[in-house]
Amino acid sequence: MSITVAPPGSEHTTDVVIIGAGPTGLFAVFELGLLDLKAHLIDILDRPGGQCTELYPEKPIYDIPALVEVTGQGLTDRLLDQIKPFNATYHLGQMAERLEKSGDGWTVTTDAGTRITARCVVVAAGGGSFTPKRPPIAGIEAYEGKSVFYAVRKMDTFRDRTLVIAGGGDSALDWTLNLQPLVRKLTLVHHRDGFRAAPDSVNKMRALVAEGKMEFIVANIKALQGADGALGGILLNNKERGDFTLRCDALLPFFGLTMKLGPVANFGINLHENLIPVDTGTFESSVPGIFAIGDINTYPGKLKLILSGFHEGALMAQQAFRYCRPEEKLRFQYTTSSSSLQKKLGVA
Amino acid sequence: MKLIVTDRNGAVHELKGRDDWSAMEVIRDANLPMAAECGGACACATCHVYVAEAWQERLPQAQQQEVDMLDFGVAVQDNSRLACQIRLTEDLDGLELTLAPESL
Repeated sequence: MSITVAPPGSEHTTDVVIIGAGPTGLFAVFELGLLDLKAHLIDILDRPGGQCTELYPEKPIYDIPALVEVTGQGLTDRLLDQIKPFNATYHLGQMAERLEKSGDGWTVTTDAGTRITARCVVVAAGGGSFTPKRPPIAGIEAYEGKSVFYAVRKMDTFRDRTLVIAGGGDSALDWTLNLQPLVRKLTLVHHRDGFRAAPDSVNKMRALVAEGKMEFIVANIKALQGADGALGGILLNNKERGDFTLRCDALLPFFGLTMKLGPVANFGINLHENLIPVDTGTFESSVPGIFAIGDINTYPGKLKLILSGFHEGALMAQQAFRYCRPEEKLRFQYTTSSSSLQKKLGVA
Repeated sequence: MKLIVTDRNGAVHELKGRDDWSAMEVIRDANLPMAAECGGACACATCHVYVAEAWQERLPQAQQQEVDMLDFGVAVQDNSRLACQIRLTEDLDGLELTLAPESL
């Protein structure tokens, strides 16, 4: 599926900026598009689909109207296909970080420096931004960014270091294989002698262990040892050895992703238990022109279902139209009968 | 049917379990702090719990998918399970679980 991805750091002006490219955000592009409103989408993940592609791409979903069975990836692919005529612009791998008033509308700035100015903002952020899980080890914050990292931005950061990688998924195993040639010493620590990661990567890792090029230890991490952000070792525990220290100067924990509300909490919108209360006629938040649709909103009777997000997007689009085209009359039309809608969809 | 849940502050909650519900659903409905991000699809490991020793043998064994998913749990122990994969039955009346630490 080809989509228009904008380079990080670029500047744009549009009608509506949507934060979150999950199913709700994607379908909002369709509802906005029928009203001739242009949309930009921002997502922290490097591909559209949100939870559907990140958490359960291969799991079947059975409660999408008229789709008897569709996988998370399948639903995303169909939505991308459906909204293709509206040619939305995607800003992927970026987190919406700041929201500022700008004339009649708003400017959203991402952590990659992209700035998008729009009349309306739609928060379709689901459970929040996907961020790496941080293991609950006392004092780990002090080491983060100095000797504890949750992602590899530059491999060179780890050159000649004594590195511990923790975890058993694909990230843990892939980085074990990629970094092993350039570190001084590498140890993979995992809570069991079994892996969620692809068997091929596991076999390659075991071969490196057999050749004496790295070590694999079954253990749990109990504590970090060091000072001023510089790691000196980690305290491990397992049944055979009890507590023991493994010397190292860098740690890469890979325990998958979790969702955190993140900077949306600082957008100046009223929140209730990390959800955005909305008016159910317009799906507008406490701030005029800022909307919330999908799992991130709350109202009496709210159900966190994909189909609710679709409905919410349709009503949001009507209200967004009133902001974006105040001089125009909103004309309610059906795609079955309207030749102008069919033209927009490229089927007329 | 009862479900005895110890939260992260050590407080013990006696919850009404329901036949055929998952332990995650009962805990979430009681508004205890359980993210359960994927909603029970065994796809996120944010409903991680520890099972009391007396109950470990009495629970049906974890399926491979759950064992693999626990690789994404934090502070995993031998008695770790994902609450969304524990199906409640009358046999499990009194099941004791402790909420595992969350990602910071």
